[in-house]
Amino acid sequence: MNINLTLLMQAVAFGLFVWFTAKFVWPPLLRAIERRQKEVAEGLAAAEQGRNELAEAGRRSEAELADARAKAQEIIAKAEKRATQIIDEARHAARTEGDRLIAGAKAEMDQQATNAKEQLREQVASLAVAGAEKILRREIDSKAHADLLSQLKQEL
Amino acid sequence: MATEALTPTSYITGHLTFFAEPIGKGGFWVLHVDTFVTSVLLGVLGIGFLWWFARGATSGVPTRRQALVELAFNFIDDQAKEIFHGERNTLIAPLALTVFVWVLLMNAMDDLPLDIMALVTHAVAHHWRLVPTADVNTTFALSLSVWGLMIFYSVKVKGLGGWIHELFCAPFGSNPLLWPANLLLNIVEYVSKPLSHSLRLFGNMYAGEIIFMLLGMWAATGIAGAFFGTILNLGWAIFHILIIVLQAYIFMMLTVVYLAMAHETH
Repeated sequence: MNINLTLLMQAVAFGLFVWFTAKFVWPPLLRAIERRQKEVAEGLAAAEQGRNELAEAGRRSEAELADARAKAQEIIAKAEKRATQIIDEARHAARTEGDRLIAGAKAEMDQQATNAKEQLREQVASLAVAGAEKILRREIDSKAHADLLSQLKQEL
Repeated sequence: MATEALTPTSYITGHLTFFAEPIGKGGFWVLHVDTFVTSVLLGVLGIGFLWWFARGATSGVPTRRQALVELAFNFIDDQAKEIFHGERNTLIAPLALTVFVWVLLMNAMDDLPLDIMALVTHAVAHHWRLVPTADVNTTFALSLSVWGLMIFYSVKVKGLGGWIHELFCAPFGSNPLLWPANLLLNIVEYVSKPLSHSLRLFGNMYAGEIIFMLLGMWAATGIAGAFFGTILNLGWAIFHILIIVLQAYIFMMLTVVYLAMAHETH
């Protein structure tokens, strides 16, 4: 137990070692470790955010899908309605056209019948007149009885 | 040692004699070259090792050697932060790391087989004590440096007036009647701190050395002595690994605790 100069020398050596550690060893270690801690924390935060975003995207796509499905349903319904409408319209148009054709045909038939009747009447009238002329040729002047003949023709 | 007859006394005193080199006149001006050189070599080795690893430190995946240093770093940083309530003092944590690494390496010299090492050191000097922490000069150098820092931080944190006020008014109270008691207690505390701090380490390492020597002596007495001496030496060496680490840890913790106490205001 003899205290001597060694104590001072050891204290100086100690001081130098502490200085060296505090200046050159500690700071880079501290920086590296703190940076790593920060990076790990950021990585965890990013992972958490990513998870949240994924869930959010899932929810959004679900909503979009439901929306699209509803829209498709609506479009189909509209198309069906329109198809029905077109068929109805077509049916209606066909019926109208048919009626019109029938009416036209009927009118023509009537017309022809009327014409035929008219011709027939005229022919009957002229036949009658001719018959009457033949009968009356001898006794009646056609000119004198023209009034009577046309009157007769009218009545027929 | 080679020329004298080897007696138990000469064996032990031979191992306990320093390589003392007088520098000037008087008993104080003597340098223990063995203590100084060994401790500086170990310090350069240990701190250099840390420096080498710290230089290549990255924030990415650490290499194995960086992980080792970071383990020590985190261990000490956590202790310091716990005691300092989360603050990071720019000096105390590196100081604690230095103390721990250096004291650990110096203590570890105790587990080297002293007679075999003596064969090596005889090439340099006749007497060479290998364990710097078994030299009271080393432990006092450390504890008094810490003591000085303790007073420095006390004055820095509380101001000179605050520190003197605390010497007289803590821990019992500020009544003038209590001043003598406070002062006396504080003086005892300030004296006992470096004493217990250094002598605890010194005593453990010195006793460890002595026990190795006694077992070595026993081993020289005959076949039975050699047998049991060897077994006990092995046992003590293994147990001593615990003491080496434990004492380095205790020394480091007390350093941090003393410096933390200096920061506290009563």
